[in-house]
Amino acid sequence: MRFERREHRPLALIVLTPLLAVAAALALSGLLIAAAGAPVLEAYWRILVGAFGSRLSATETLTRATPLMLTGLAAAVAFRARVWNIGGEGQFYLGAIATAAVGSQLLSGAPGYLSIPLLLISGALAGMILLIVPLWLRLRFSVDEVVTSLLLNFVAVLVVSMLIDGPLKDPLAFGWPQSQSVADAAMLPKLVARSRLHWGFGIAVVLAFVVHFVQSRTVFGMKSRAAGLSPDGAVFAGVPLARTLLLVACLSGGLAGLAGAVEVLGVKGYVTTDLSPGFGYSGIVVAMLAGLHPLGVVLAALFTATMFVGADGMSRALKIPTYIADVTVALSLITMLVAVFFAQYRIRR
Amino acid sequence: MTETVLEIDGVSKSFGDNKVNDAISMTLARGEIVALLGENGAGKTTLMSILFGHYTPDEGCIRVAGANLPAGRPRAAIHAGIGMVHQHFSLAPNLTVLENVMTGTEKLWSLRSETGRARTKLKALAERFGLAVDPDARLGDLSVGEQQRVEILKALYNDARILILDEPTAVLTNLEAETLFGTLKEMARQGLSLIFISHKLDEVMAAADRVVVLRGGKVVAERRAAETSKAELAELMVGHRVARPIRDAHERGEPVLEAAAVSVRIDGVDRLKEASFRLHAGEVLGIIGVSGNGQAALASLLSGTLARSSGDILLYGEAIGDLSVADTVASGIGRIPEDRTREGAIGEMAVWENAVLERIDEPRFSRRGLVDRSAAIAFAETIVRDFDVRGGGARTRTRLLSGGNMQKLILGRNLAERPRILIAAQPARGLDEGAVAAVHARILEARKAGTAVLLISEDLDEVIGLADRIQAIVGGRLSPPVSADEVDARALGLMMAGAWKKEAA
Ligand SMILES: Nc1ncnc2c1ncn2[C@@H]1O[C@H](COP(=O)(O)OP(=O)(O)OP(=O)(O)O)[C@@H](O)[C@H]1O
Ligand SMILES: [Mg+2]
Repeated sequence: MRFERREHRPLALIVLTPLLAVAAALALSGLLIAAAGAPVLEAYWRILVGAFGSRLSATETLTRATPLMLTGLAAAVAFRARVWNIGGEGQFYLGAIATAAVGSQLLSGAPGYLSIPLLLISGALAGMILLIVPLWLRLRFSVDEVVTSLLLNFVAVLVVSMLIDGPLKDPLAFGWPQSQSVADAAMLPKLVARSRLHWGFGIAVVLAFVVHFVQSRTVFGMKSRAAGLSPDGAVFAGVPLARTLLLVACLSGGLAGLAGAVEVLGVKGYVTTDLSPGFGYSGIVVAMLAGLHPLGVVLAALFTATMFVGADGMSRALKIPTYIADVTVALSLITMLVAVFFAQYRIRR
Repeated sequence: MTETVLEIDGVSKSFGDNKVNDAISMTLARGEIVALLGENGAGKTTLMSILFGHYTPDEGCIRVAGANLPAGRPRAAIHAGIGMVHQHFSLAPNLTVLENVMTGTEKLWSLRSETGRARTKLKALAERFGLAVDPDARLGDLSVGEQQRVEILKALYNDARILILDEPTAVLTNLEAETLFGTLKEMARQGLSLIFISHKLDEVMAAADRVVVLRGGKVVAERRAAETSKAELAELMVGHRVARPIRDAHERGEPVLEAAAVSVRIDGVDRLKEASFRLHAGEVLGIIGVSGNGQAALASLLSGTLARSSGDILLYGEAIGDLSVADTVASGIGRIPEDRTREGAIGEMAVWENAVLERIDEPRFSRRGLVDRSAAIAFAETIVRDFDVRGGGARTRTRLLSGGNMQKLILGRNLAERPRILIAAQPARGLDEGAVAAVHARILEARKAGTAVLLISEDLDEVIGLADRIQAIVGGRLSPPVSADEVDARALGLMMAGAWKKEAA
């Protein structure tokens, strides 16, 4: 068996690749479920029911998918231009805390039509700043942004801990480290009444289309791709390298920061250190699963959220651990990487 | 020359509908040097890639010393004694020469390193074939010619009996090329067999025993080098007679681009030292020199990617500071970079994207930040048509074009714009004889239309054929210009060696 590079990739193959990858991941984690002594098909059925079986669970899944879409977009945008932003988690938290701070300190009396956009922008700005730092270090001193953006995650989380245990601490939280809340007027309206699903979901989906449009149709999209693919070639063609990459960093960091802002304004209203179950890191997985395509990110985020939310239902019904969902998502990343390889190569004899 | 060491038997290969190799058969005898000749996109690189196992042929087979070579396996090819020197070297710049030569040969689980024995073997090989190189030098510090020597040594270290070289001289200076062919002949004398690809007919005539000509994926002719001529080979390759056009008398216009004592210093090294020239509209000013003497700095400076450290540049009579890329494009300066895969084009982008990237901000290709795709694609299609870019259309990924066709795309996007000034660094490098003639004709046409052309080249024939005036570049300094009608190849050779009178004008 040998591999040969495939130069023409039919559209069907591009669409089929992630589907096959997910199927393979489900098959593989099926083995695990079987090993745990549970019926495989029923387990998956339970996941589906757990994620979409009722109005409540369906809205819960979509709520969970919302930040994943945004952090997924953040990673996809950056990776496309070869800016290795591993700092989505930190940007998420910094966006969240900026939103909570501005919302509780400055804009607590403002009407919603004013405070909501301003708070979303604050969150995005905070995320941007956290990514501009590592990018600047790369442009100025050639420091690898993989390392710096990753390490800034820990810095960001510690800063958040400090703030919610200090200046921003909510005195009414019975001593729990929790930030003060934004005003009710600043909360995102619900998309579905009597559920947690909020307008942030709509924002995320719309942004996916916007990002797709920017990447495929705009001059900026073309220049950022050129800068990522070949810095020398881009410079020769007059693409301002530093400016373009900085804009990419603003877009990427801004999306991750926005994810934090949306989570605060849509769900909780305040920040705790467990606001994110790793949304920033999962965003990277989502982006890879999506093949870095912005519209694919929407689907990949839905898949990931389905697994996470549905796993609870499965676990309760069949008495097997929810970690199966983590395993499935992780496996699907691996199978996706394998599938992408096969999509690029063909097997000969 | 009786013993056949290699047989290619009816090999065919298609990419999609494009039949790139069509039932190709050829042989190689022990101690023989065969030149593989053909137009850009004729399928030479593809055939060699099949031979070395990078591609699997659709039909046909390859026999080494009578035994079938399993298709599509580089390891089997190496084992059978086939070595390949790629056009873009596959060595690691941060390893030493010795380490580079050894990679891939050491057993993964072996505990003892074989360095000692490897060093001895490498030294012996270097001595035997006259390939002097320091085994402990870091590869990245070596010149291109030396790196190529390491590639060859690596193949020999793997006991290659058959050596394939894909356009080995495209990156070499003329002197280095001569040395290389000396080595190749010595290798043949000692019983190795060689196939090399080249577009330079002089080399082919001088170095090869036999020439195989490919056209459109088929073998169209085979000649003994002694029984053919450059003219015949050019005709066989292209299918009709080709002759490089020669400039005719032409009135030149006003000066449009001047450099006055411009120096460029990079990392503490002076790449350009007080260089002065005056380029007029409607003339070709040839800058000739052995590559590595400051040409890259000169070209980058005028292309807007490098800043000067002192001196003045005058554009259309006005002193300007440093040129930026945007300035150059906006003020009608066309630029053909020396290295097409690094600067000239972005392989992973489509042909149309590469065609318009440098002018994407112009209103005809984008409005309010949105790319006008249909306009861009139409522009690219004109280039593909007018400049005879083969092997793909506007939407093809640029990487899939053969080397020469990529060069035509870069040329096209500059000349289609009727530039007022054209900075052309090695514009014909890697082009086949027919394409060279076409490019030269285009450059002369532009000159006639009033374009000022700065031709940076190390090809004497090219410069003599095109340039009105010539300046030599040596160690970052430019000689005073001489009229092309008043010098011959010998005088130019002296200039390139740095012998020019200080006071001459
Ligand atoms: N992997 C590929 N997929 C599709 N088309 C290809 C691929 N590789 C080469 N081609 C096409 O096959 C043709 C022959 O390419 P090849 O590189 O063998 O030409 P060549 O003779 O080496 O030309 P040159 O002298 O310009 O280097 C070209 O038209 C090229 O566009
Ligand atoms: Mg080639």
